[in-house]
Amino acid sequence: MSTFSAIGEEREIDRDEYTPTVEPQPTWCPGCGDFSVLKALKQALPEVGRTPEETLLCTGIGCSGKLNSYLDTYGFHTIHGRSLPVARAAKLANPDLEVIAAGGDGDGYGIGGNHFIHTARENHDMTYIVFNNEIFGLTKGQTSPTSPKGHKSKTQPHGSAKEPLKPLSLALNAGASYVARTAAVNPNQAKEILIEAMEHDGFAHVDFLTQCPTWNKDARQYVPYIDVQESDDYDFDVSDKVEAAEMMRETEEALHEGKVLTGRYYVEEGRPSYGQEKRAIGEMPEEPLAERYWDDDYEWERSYDQFVGKHE
Amino acid sequence: MTDEELIWRISGGSGDGIASTSQNFAKALMRSGLNVFTHRHYPSRIRGGHTYTEIRASADPVRSRGDGYNFLLALGDSFARNPQEGAVYGNEEIKPLSENLDELREGGVIVYDEGLLDPSEIPNFDERVEENGWHVYPLDLRGLARDMGREVMRNTAGVGATCALIGMDLEHVEDLMRDAMPEKILDPNLEILETAYEQVSEEYDVDASDVSVPTGEHDETQVLVSGSDAIAYGAIDEGCRFIAGYPMTPWTEVFTIMAQNLPKLDGISEQVEDEIAAAALAVGASHAGVKAMSGSSGGGFALMSEPLGLAEMTETPVVLVEAMRAGPSTGMPTKPEQSDLEHVLYTSQGDSQRVVLAPGTVEEAYEQSRLAFRLAYEYQIPTILLYDQKLGGELVNVPKSHFDREPTPTLGKTLSEDALADEPHSADGKFHRFQHDVDDGVSPRSIPGQKGGRYLATGNEHDPTGHISESPDNRVAQIDRRLQKLEAIRADLDTEDTGSYAGPDDAEYGILTFGSQQGTVEEAVDRLNDAGVSVKSLSVSDMLPFSTEEVQTFVESVEDVLVVEMTASGQFRGLVQKNLGQYGEKLSSLLKYNGNPFEPGEVVDGFEAAIIEGDGDASGHQTTFVPAAGD
Repeated sequence: MSTFSAIGEEREIDRDEYTPTVEPQPTWCPGCGDFSVLKALKQALPEVGRTPEETLLCTGIGCSGKLNSYLDTYGFHTIHGRSLPVARAAKLANPDLEVIAAGGDGDGYGIGGNHFIHTARENHDMTYIVFNNEIFGLTKGQTSPTSPKGHKSKTQPHGSAKEPLKPLSLALNAGASYVARTAAVNPNQAKEILIEAMEHDGFAHVDFLTQCPTWNKDARQYVPYIDVQESDDYDFDVSDKVEAAEMMRETEEALHEGKVLTGRYYVEEGRPSYGQEKRAIGEMPEEPLAERYWDDDYEWERSYDQFVGKHE
Repeated sequence: MTDEELIWRISGGSGDGIASTSQNFAKALMRSGLNVFTHRHYPSRIRGGHTYTEIRASADPVRSRGDGYNFLLALGDSFARNPQEGAVYGNEEIKPLSENLDELREGGVIVYDEGLLDPSEIPNFDERVEENGWHVYPLDLRGLARDMGREVMRNTAGVGATCALIGMDLEHVEDLMRDAMPEKILDPNLEILETAYEQVSEEYDVDASDVSVPTGEHDETQVLVSGSDAIAYGAIDEGCRFIAGYPMTPWTEVFTIMAQNLPKLDGISEQVEDEIAAAALAVGASHAGVKAMSGSSGGGFALMSEPLGLAEMTETPVVLVEAMRAGPSTGMPTKPEQSDLEHVLYTSQGDSQRVVLAPGTVEEAYEQSRLAFRLAYEYQIPTILLYDQKLGGELVNVPKSHFDREPTPTLGKTLSEDALADEPHSADGKFHRFQHDVDDGVSPRSIPGQKGGRYLATGNEHDPTGHISESPDNRVAQIDRRLQKLEAIRADLDTEDTGSYAGPDDAEYGILTFGSQQGTVEEAVDRLNDAGVSVKSLSVSDMLPFSTEEVQTFVESVEDVLVVEMTASGQFRGLVQKNLGQYGEKLSSLLKYNGNPFEPGEVVDGFEAAIIEGDGDASGHQTTFVPAAGD
């Protein structure tokens, strides 16, 4: 038996394998968009051929963070905003793992915003799903970084004086090599986009519009949605950064005018992932570091032989 | 204080090569057969400002800076600000000479660069020279360097002059220059060194002072290493191949050594966006099966509180190092203090479930860095190595053989896929990663990618599979199990002998200290005993779980105890009292928090004033006495 025999295993995968028996039924509110993320993931993972035990799902805190309880893989339910640094280190330690990070708009664009920028910039080969419901749900309805200007809540009684953060544009400018937006109400597109994101060799950011029927009643349910790839009204090249940026700008402004645009916005093929970049400069081993600890033949270097002599 | 030691101080401006010159000279002294110990003093400034390094060299072992010093090489400060009246920093140009006079011993030697320094700017300079019996040698070091090479080589000229005046052969210095310098600058430097040596030998009576280089001999090969080197090498020898960090003085030294060396070992070093990320990356890498570390200094470590708590709750092994400097807030970035003790013990929410070790010497820094990894991985618990700017930066000679040990890259209680198959699983195949009833409280772990090892790690309280649970019974079982590990670690540490003793077993009085003050306190204990005072010391390393039994035995065995630490509020004494729960009337404090570590003489005088005379008034020192409770 090898060390990590779940990795690279070729077999048929049943989507029920991802459903835990302890708590098969999520506790999200009826009508919550989060159900769609779970469903799309359960559909996408078998299609990309990744089993529960070669997948590491790292989440943050919030309603979205409960995803780990409802998707049965290796999981790391971290702390608020910190799913990305945990996830990217796991990917560096063992690049053969399928690493997915997930969190909400508060988690990823607020408290974890700095990690979002830098993980995108570094272009780690991983997928990052942001459950964007434009509200803080678990703490009962406070204004979030993506809430529209003027949004009233218990903590913003006079309406938010801030412009909402624009996550697609932010991801693009930070350096993500795959940027898409999908919506809970569009399950087929969601599944397709998650498959593409996981298959993409680089940092894939998926802004997933997940309606919150409990705390964001005033907001749209993200219908009707328009797929920018399918609509004849939009024509742009997803591999062109300038055209992508313009389409993102239009999309992010349109959302607050009642128009829900979704689809792929930027896809950069061929750009080396962070792991590849590090290997190219000799700062990362060819073989997964995690395997070395199980290799009985590996001769562990000693500081005495390597470094101490120069201090003589 | 003996005449058989040389304490050589080189002073100048930050950026003038004081550090590299002194390091090479320390190595030359070591190679000549002497024991050496260095003490750095530098300002938190980009360029300029008063900086010096001291090298104490003796045939006998040296474990501390000395009391004052006996040889000054004062170079110019090439980045000194204009000394106009009202300048913020005063007349900076003269500082390499003027700022160092107070601590120069009687009969000491002064070599200064007369090309840059004019002692007539120092009030009463000539009178002070006369009063103290100093021997003064004004030399145009800059001019000499300029004539034969470049002005920056004046440090070399100063070293040449030093050698002539202390009777040291140039051989070891020249060898080192050949090792360290690229060819292009080697020849002019050698020429400058020799010329300075000859000029001084010819022009002056080099035997005028009593200050000379001692002679000594080592019975085995020595290496000159710092606490930061030792921590990094300890980590490497335990199989640590992943580090994540963000620069901050003085932790940057360990980070730099690891970042430069890990790629040579096919390891990974990550400089990341902040310290929250740095510690979270170490946790993520360890979770995925790699031995990992991070670290910072006070302010950066504050940001690590969250991932530290996550590691506690998820029982992810990780080593964090904390290099203390004077706080609060930005404090004094380049000055040592031990006042982050309570910070690392208690930061992060909930009951602390971590190990904190504070090594006292460079040798211990290596050993306890290894110990930190062993405990972290065997017991699945975050372990913090607490040290300070002093220990991190001081260079001492250590027998090379100290590092000649086998590597230990083991992951601790981590299961192979074969072993996993025999462990309890839920009906759906989920591995019981957090079992309630296990030896020592340590539940074996799996690594993502292993077949049959699937589980959830979460910062929420959780049941044996990792599933989030708020059941009271489970909560109590899990927290008791995690805390049980600390008892097992305490028993384990009792076999490690991390405590360091000095003085006679049956001494009347005691001194307690921790961390980097160990060597200084032990020298003070030797001197006090030489002077007929019956005293012994214990330097403690195990901050959490605390060496309660050992410390209690020590305190019980003496009449009075002075607790020596570099904090203003007596944090270590507080920790001792908290753990012992008694003896408050026996423990008084000697504190120092002015940015400089204790000198042995300050501990001697402070002890005599506090314990022998009882009033604590050690006049002339910047130390503070705090009497025992009820006194």
